[in-house]
Amino acid sequence: MTAKRLITGGLIDRSKKLQFFWDNKKYFGYQGDTLASALLVNNIKIIGRSFKYHRPRGIMSAGVEESGALVTIGKNEYRDPNVRATTQELYDGLNAFSQNAFPNAKFDLGAINNLFNRFFAAGFYYKTFMGIPPFEWGKGTKIWMFYENFIRKAAGMGSASKKPDPDKYEHMNDYCDVIIVGSGPAGIAAALEAASNKLDVILVEQDSDLGGSYLSEDSKNLKNKISDLKNAGVRILLRTTVFGLYDSGVAGLLERVSDHKAVKSKYEPRQRFWTVRSRHTIVATGAFERHIAFGNNDLPGIMSASSVDIYLNRFSILAGKKIVVCTNNDSAYSTAIKLANSGAEVKLIDARSSVGSVLTENALNSGVFVKMNAAPFQARGYTEINKIDLAESEGNRWNNTGSEECDLLAISGGWSPTVHLLSHRGIRPKWNEENACFVADDHSEPITLAGSAAGYWNSEDCINSGKSAGIKVAHLFGKEKSSYSLPNIGGWNNPIKPVYEVRVSGKQTKSFIDFQHDVTCDDIRLAHREGFVSVEHLKRYTTLGMANDQGKMGNVIGIALMAEALGKKISEVGTTTFRPPFTPVSLGALAGRNTFQHFRALRRSPLHDWNLSHGAVMIEAGLWQRPWYFPQNNETLSDAYIRETATTRKSVGICDVTSLGKIAIQGPDSTELLNRIYTNPFAKLPIGKARYGIMLRDDGIVMDDGTSWRLSENEYFMTTSTAQAARVIAWLEELLQIRWTDLKVHVTSVSEQWCGISVAGPMSRECISKCLKSPEIISNENLPFMGVVETNLKQDIPCRIARISFSGEMAFEIYVPSDYANEMMEMIWIETEKVGGCLYGLEALGALRIEKGHVTGAELDGRVTIDDAGLGKMASTKKSYIGSAMRTRGVLSDVNREQLVGIFPKNKNATFDAGSIICKPSELKGFGVGRITSVTHSPELGHWIGLGFISGGYNLWKDKTVIATDPVRNKNVEVEIVIPHMFDPQGERMHG
Amino acid sequence: MTRFNAWNVLKNGFINQTGWQRQWRDPVLKKEYDVVIVGAGLHGLATAYYLAKNHKINNIAVLEKGWLGGGNAGRNTTIVRSNYMMPGNHEFYEHSLKLWENLSHELNYNVMFSQRAHVNLFHSPAARDSNARRYNTMLLHNTDAEFWNLKKLKKTIPHLNYGPNARFPIMGAAVQKRAGTARHDAVAWGYARAADSLGVDIIQNCEVNGFVRRANNIDIIETSRGQIKAKKVGFAVAGNTSRLWQMAGLDSLPIESHKLQAFVTEPLKPILDQVVVFGVGGAHFYISQSDKGGLVFGGDLDWYKSYAQRGNLPIVQDVAEAALSILPCLGRVRLLRHWSGIMDMTMDGSFFICKTPIDNLYLNAGWNYGGFKTTPASGWHFADLIANNRPNKIINNHDLKRFEKGVNIDERGAGPDPKLHG
Amino acid sequence: MIRIKCPYCGDRDHSEFTYGGDGSIVYPELDASVEDWTNAIFFRKNIYGIQTETWQHVHGCRLWLKIKRSTITHEIESIEPAHKEIIKMVKNK
Repeated sequence: MTAKRLITGGLIDRSKKLQFFWDNKKYFGYQGDTLASALLVNNIKIIGRSFKYHRPRGIMSAGVEESGALVTIGKNEYRDPNVRATTQELYDGLNAFSQNAFPNAKFDLGAINNLFNRFFAAGFYYKTFMGIPPFEWGKGTKIWMFYENFIRKAAGMGSASKKPDPDKYEHMNDYCDVIIVGSGPAGIAAALEAASNKLDVILVEQDSDLGGSYLSEDSKNLKNKISDLKNAGVRILLRTTVFGLYDSGVAGLLERVSDHKAVKSKYEPRQRFWTVRSRHTIVATGAFERHIAFGNNDLPGIMSASSVDIYLNRFSILAGKKIVVCTNNDSAYSTAIKLANSGAEVKLIDARSSVGSVLTENALNSGVFVKMNAAPFQARGYTEINKIDLAESEGNRWNNTGSEECDLLAISGGWSPTVHLLSHRGIRPKWNEENACFVADDHSEPITLAGSAAGYWNSEDCINSGKSAGIKVAHLFGKEKSSYSLPNIGGWNNPIKPVYEVRVSGKQTKSFIDFQHDVTCDDIRLAHREGFVSVEHLKRYTTLGMANDQGKMGNVIGIALMAEALGKKISEVGTTTFRPPFTPVSLGALAGRNTFQHFRALRRSPLHDWNLSHGAVMIEAGLWQRPWYFPQNNETLSDAYIRETATTRKSVGICDVTSLGKIAIQGPDSTELLNRIYTNPFAKLPIGKARYGIMLRDDGIVMDDGTSWRLSENEYFMTTSTAQAARVIAWLEELLQIRWTDLKVHVTSVSEQWCGISVAGPMSRECISKCLKSPEIISNENLPFMGVVETNLKQDIPCRIARISFSGEMAFEIYVPSDYANEMMEMIWIETEKVGGCLYGLEALGALRIEKGHVTGAELDGRVTIDDAGLGKMASTKKSYIGSAMRTRGVLSDVNREQLVGIFPKNKNATFDAGSIICKPSELKGFGVGRITSVTHSPELGHWIGLGFISGGYNLWKDKTVIATDPVRNKNVEVEIVIPHMFDPQGERMHG
Repeated sequence: MTRFNAWNVLKNGFINQTGWQRQWRDPVLKKEYDVVIVGAGLHGLATAYYLAKNHKINNIAVLEKGWLGGGNAGRNTTIVRSNYMMPGNHEFYEHSLKLWENLSHELNYNVMFSQRAHVNLFHSPAARDSNARRYNTMLLHNTDAEFWNLKKLKKTIPHLNYGPNARFPIMGAAVQKRAGTARHDAVAWGYARAADSLGVDIIQNCEVNGFVRRANNIDIIETSRGQIKAKKVGFAVAGNTSRLWQMAGLDSLPIESHKLQAFVTEPLKPILDQVVVFGVGGAHFYISQSDKGGLVFGGDLDWYKSYAQRGNLPIVQDVAEAALSILPCLGRVRLLRHWSGIMDMTMDGSFFICKTPIDNLYLNAGWNYGGFKTTPASGWHFADLIANNRPNKIINNHDLKRFEKGVNIDERGAGPDPKLHG
Repeated sequence: MIRIKCPYCGDRDHSEFTYGGDGSIVYPELDASVEDWTNAIFFRKNIYGIQTETWQHVHGCRLWLKIKRSTITHEIESIEPAHKEIIKMVKNK
C-alpha cells in the first residue's frame, strides 16, 4: 500500500504543518489530520498487534469502530493507552507509540503466538493450565496461578501509568427540549426543524467538525448549514460523545476538551462529563460499514470502503495505487469512482450477479474495472496485502476464480445502523431481512431515530427522516401542526446481497471476525460444535465483541455464521445487548472534581479552627473530623489522653461535641412522639429536665441513644449520636409523615445551628458559672442532675445548658448558636485554664465513658438488644413503643445471650485490644464466648480496661479467667470479667 | 466425553479442533424427574451436580428460561472470599472457599480461580478494631486472615493513594490471601458440563409458567415446553425468587429485588494484582484486574428497588470517584462497559437454603451481593437439603423463620432494610 | 437517572431522594403480636410491575412521598406526599 497526499482538496490545512512522533521517530502531518490519516500518509502500515496471536494490525477504518489501530498517546503519567488512532486529532508534538508488542509493532516477538495459533482456538484456556501437563495432574490453584502469571503479562493491550493522573476533569449539568446525537445530514435537518419550532436543541457531534458524511462530500453546502444552525440558536457540542442513554431522558456525554491540543490553557479541563436531561432524544448516529470474513482479512492494507472514501475526500489521501474494492451493495461504487478519478487503478468486485446499468456505466466511464458475481476469499501478503484471491459464487458455494494484485483492498460488506443508544434503553434490535441489518424495534421511549441509524441509505431519505423527526418532536410538544411523512427504510437502487463469509471448500484460511481479539470464523463453528449456540454464550466463549470496539466491527458476521451453523435465520438467533458506554469513557471524567480531598464532603465543627489552634490532632469520624487528642510537649497519643482523662476527673475538661445530631421537636404531640420512640417513659418529663433515652428499630434492636431536653410544654431539643444523626431525623420524619399522620409534631434538624461542648469534672460548674450572666442559675439547687436551662453567657450570648454526663463526672453540655462558638469556647477556656483544666478529645472521651461502662456505636453494632447492652431497666413494661413487640422475640430473650461486661487484665500490666474474641482458656477456637468492643487505659484504676460482651454476662463469668484472643495481632491475654461500671459504680460524682 | 487437558488441546490443534464434543447436551424434556431445579444459574447447576455426584440422584432436570449462566452468573465481579463472622455464615463461606480451591480439578474445567488476596483497607482505629473481630473469628476457625500495616501495604500495592491529599488516609488492611477471583462464565459452563456428564438434563429456553399443587405438594410444573412431574422441586432463581414464589401460590418473602451495577475498563497490562476493597465515609468500592487485563469493579446498589437490568449514572459517577480516590492512576483509564444484575436483597443480608411451606419445594435464594463466591457451597448444601429433606447444622438457621425466632445472622448489623446489606 | 417530580420542589434527579421501601405496608399497632410485626417488617410482596413505594426528598423539602413506579422500567405513574394533610397543602400552593 502506497498512500499519497493529493495536491488539493480535503479539509486539511496545508499551511499548518505539524510534527509528530511515532515510536519516537519524527513525522509530519497537517492540521486537520487524525493520527490515523497522518500515519497512513507516512506509509506506516503496522500500527499495532492483535490480542492473542499478535498479528500485525493496520488502519481499518476512519472512526470509532476502529479495532486495529489502537495506540498509546503520551508519556509517563500522561500516558493514554488504547487510543484509536482514527479518532485522535493530530497536534504539534504529539507522541504516539505502538502497544501490545515487543520491541515494537513492526518486529514483535509475540508474533510467535501466531505460529501456534492452531492450538489457541476459542476457549482453549478453559481446557488446560489446571495442572501439570499433559494430563493436568495435581490439586489446588498453584499450577494455574503459575501459568496465569505469564498469561496476565501477555494479555492486556496498552499499559497504564501507575502515577496519579495529573489532569483535571469537570462535570456539567444541562437541560434541553431535545438532544440530537450526530450532526450528519439527518441530525442537522432534525436540529434545524426542531429549532425553527422554538425548541431548545442541543446537537452533539463526536467528531471535531459538524457534518458527518457531509465532511467527505460537499463542504460549501455544509458551511451554510452550520451557519443556519447557529442562527437558529442550536446549542452545539463538538468532540462530544453521547456515551449512554439512561432513565427519564437523561444522557451521559463526554466532551474531549483538550485532548486535541498541543498546549492547553492552565484552567482548562482535559475532559468534561455532561449529564443532560432532555425531553426527547433524536438518534442520528449513522451506520457502520461491515467487513466480510475471508482468509487473512486482517492484513494491513485492507480497509472499509467508506474509510478509504473519507481518507480521500476529507484528508485528501489516496491510500493506494492499485486498489481493489469489494462490495455487496451500491455504496462502494461512488468510492471506486472517486478513487479512479484521483488517479488510482481501481477494480471493483461486486458479489451480486447483476446490478442496474446506471451504476456500472458510471463506474466504467470513470475507468473502473467492474467484475460481478465475485468476492474476496483470501488475501495474500506477509505484513501487508499484495494480492487478493477471488471467488465466484455458484449457488451457495464459492469457487476460486483467480486473483488480483493490489496494494489496497477496500471492503463494503453492507451497513449496520448504529442503534447502540437504543439498546441502552432496552430496545432490542430486530433483523431486517431486506436490508440485511439490525434495526431498532418499535418502542415507547422518548427517542426518535433518523438517517442511516434508522436504516435509510440515500442522503435524500436521510435528510427527510431528520426533518420528520424534528417535526415529530415539535408535535409532541404541541409546537406545530404541519404534517410529516416518513419514507420507507432502505433505499438502495439495487438490493444488497448478504455476504458474511467467503469460504472455498478445501482451502484452510484464517478469517477474522473480531480483529482485536483474533476471533475467527472457525472459532464460531467450534463454539457451535461445543454447544455455545446462544449469542451470549457465543460472545462469552469466543470473546467476540468483548474487545475495545465492543463488537462494532464484527458482531453481525458472528451472528450470521452462528445462524448458518444452526440452520436458522438471523432473526431467530438475535443479537447481544449493547451496554453503555458507546465508546470508552475515562474514569477521570466520570469522577470529575470529586476526588482526593473532595471525594466526600468534610464536616467540621464551628470550633474546628479553634481546636487546631489549641493543638488538636484530628481524627476521621464518619464524614466529620473531630479532635482526637491535644498533645502538649511532644506527648504521644497515649500520654495525652491519659493526662486529659485524669485532668478531667481531677479538675475540669472541655470537649467539642458539636458533631452530635440535634433535632428540634415542636408541637402539641411532641411528648407523645418521644414516648413512642424511646423505650423509657417520657410522658412525665417536666419542663426544664432532660432524659437519656434509647431508641429501637422496628425489629427491636437498638438503633441509637441520646438525650431529649424538655424546653417547654410543646418543645424538645433532642441529641443523637454522631453516626446516627442523619438516620434518626429521617426516621422521625418517616414516622410522622407515613405512620403517625395524626400526630401534630414538627421535627427539624438543627445540627448545624448549634455548637456544643461538654464541660466535665468537679470544677466544671465553677468554670461555667464565671461565664454566665447569672451564675447562680446552674447552682446545684437550680440545676440539679439532668436539669436544663436556657440562659445567657456573658456578652448576652444565648445558650442552652443541660447537666448531663457521659463521663461520670459532674458535667454540663452547653449549646450556643454556631456563630457564637468561638466566643463561648474562648470564655470558658480562660476559666478552665485558670483552674488547671484541659481540652480533651475523642480518645479521652472514650476513656471516660469506658470507665463508666457507657455504650457507643462500638457496642451498639446493630445486633444488640437493650438487654444485651445492660440497659434492660430502661425498657418500659408499662407502655408500647417502637420495637417493644419485637425486642424479646424468640432467642432474643435467651439468658445466655452475650451481655455487656467490663474487662480487666489478669496481669495489671497487660494490655489487650478491641476486636479480640473472648475464649475459654481450654478452647481458643471457633466463635469464642464473647468479644471485646472498646479498650482504654484507666488512669483511675491504673491499668488497662475494656468493655465487651460475653455469653451469659457477668454473673456467669465472675471470678473466672478467660482469654482475650487476638490472633490477627498475635496476642492472647488473660482477662477477668467485671461489671461494666468500672469506676464510681454508684454515680456519686456526677450527682455531687 | 473428551477430557480437558493439555494433551487433548495439543491433539486438537492438529485435527482442526474436531475432537471436542458438545459441552452439554440439548436433551429432550422427560415427563417426570426425581428432582427439578428451576434456574440454570451457578447455584442451580452446582446443585444438580452435587445431587448427582454426592447423592447419586441421576434423574434431574435443570430448567432455564433463557440460556444457562445468563443471569448474575455472568454479571458479577467474580470475587471469592470467606471473611464472614456470623455463626453459620463463616462455616458456609469457608466451606465454599475450600471447594473453590480444587474446583478446576473437580470439574475438569479451568475456572481460573486465582488466590490473589483480598485486601480490605481500613482508615480509622474503629474500623481496624471491627475488622479485627471479623478476622480474629476467621483465624479461630483456622481460616487464613492477616493484618497488613502501612509499610507492608505500601510495599505490596505502592500506587494506592497514601498521600496527604487522601480524604480518608489509609491506616492498614485486613487481608485474606486465599481469597481471589475466578472466571465467572467458566464456573457455570464447568458445572453444566460436569452435571450433564452425570446425566443431568439441562433444559434451556424452558420457562416455568405455573405449578399444579396437590395437597401440600407441587405435583406438576407447567413450562413453555409442556408439563413435567417432579418428586422434589428446588428454586434457585436469585433476582426473581419472589415471582416464582408467588407463581407457586405462596405469598411474601424476606426479599427485595435490587440492582447492582458492575464495570469493566479497557484491557491493560497488569496494574493491580490483588482484590482491593475500599469502604469508608459511606462509600463502598471493590476492584480487581481480570486475566484479560480489564479492571473489574463495583460499588453500591442503585439504592432503589428494581428488576431492570440496567443502571443509572449516579452510581457510575460514585464508583469512578471511589476508584480515583483510592487509585489516582486510573484517571486516564477508560470504562469499557457497565451493566447490572438483579440481587435478592434480604432483611439481614444473609441467604436462604431451606424448606418451604410446600412439602416438596426447597428454596435457595437471597444471595444479596455475595452469590458468586458461594456457588460451590450453595450447590453442595442445597443438594444436601433436597436429598435428605433436612437442613444440616451449618445452614440450620438460614431459613424463613429466623426473623420470627430472633436469630441474628446480620453481618452488617443494618437491620430489616434490604438496600443497606451491600 | 430517574427524574422525580417532587410535588413541592418540582422535577429533580433521583439522587436528591432516598428510597424508603414498600409503600403498601400497613404497620400494626405498637402492641400487636410478634407475628404481625414480623410480617410487616420482614416480608415483602416484592412486586414485579407497578408498585407503591416511599421516597424522601432528603436533599430538598424532606417530604416523604408515595410514588407509583414500575420496578421493571422505572417509569413513574404518580407521585404524592405520603401525609394526607400535606397533599392538600401542596395542592393549594
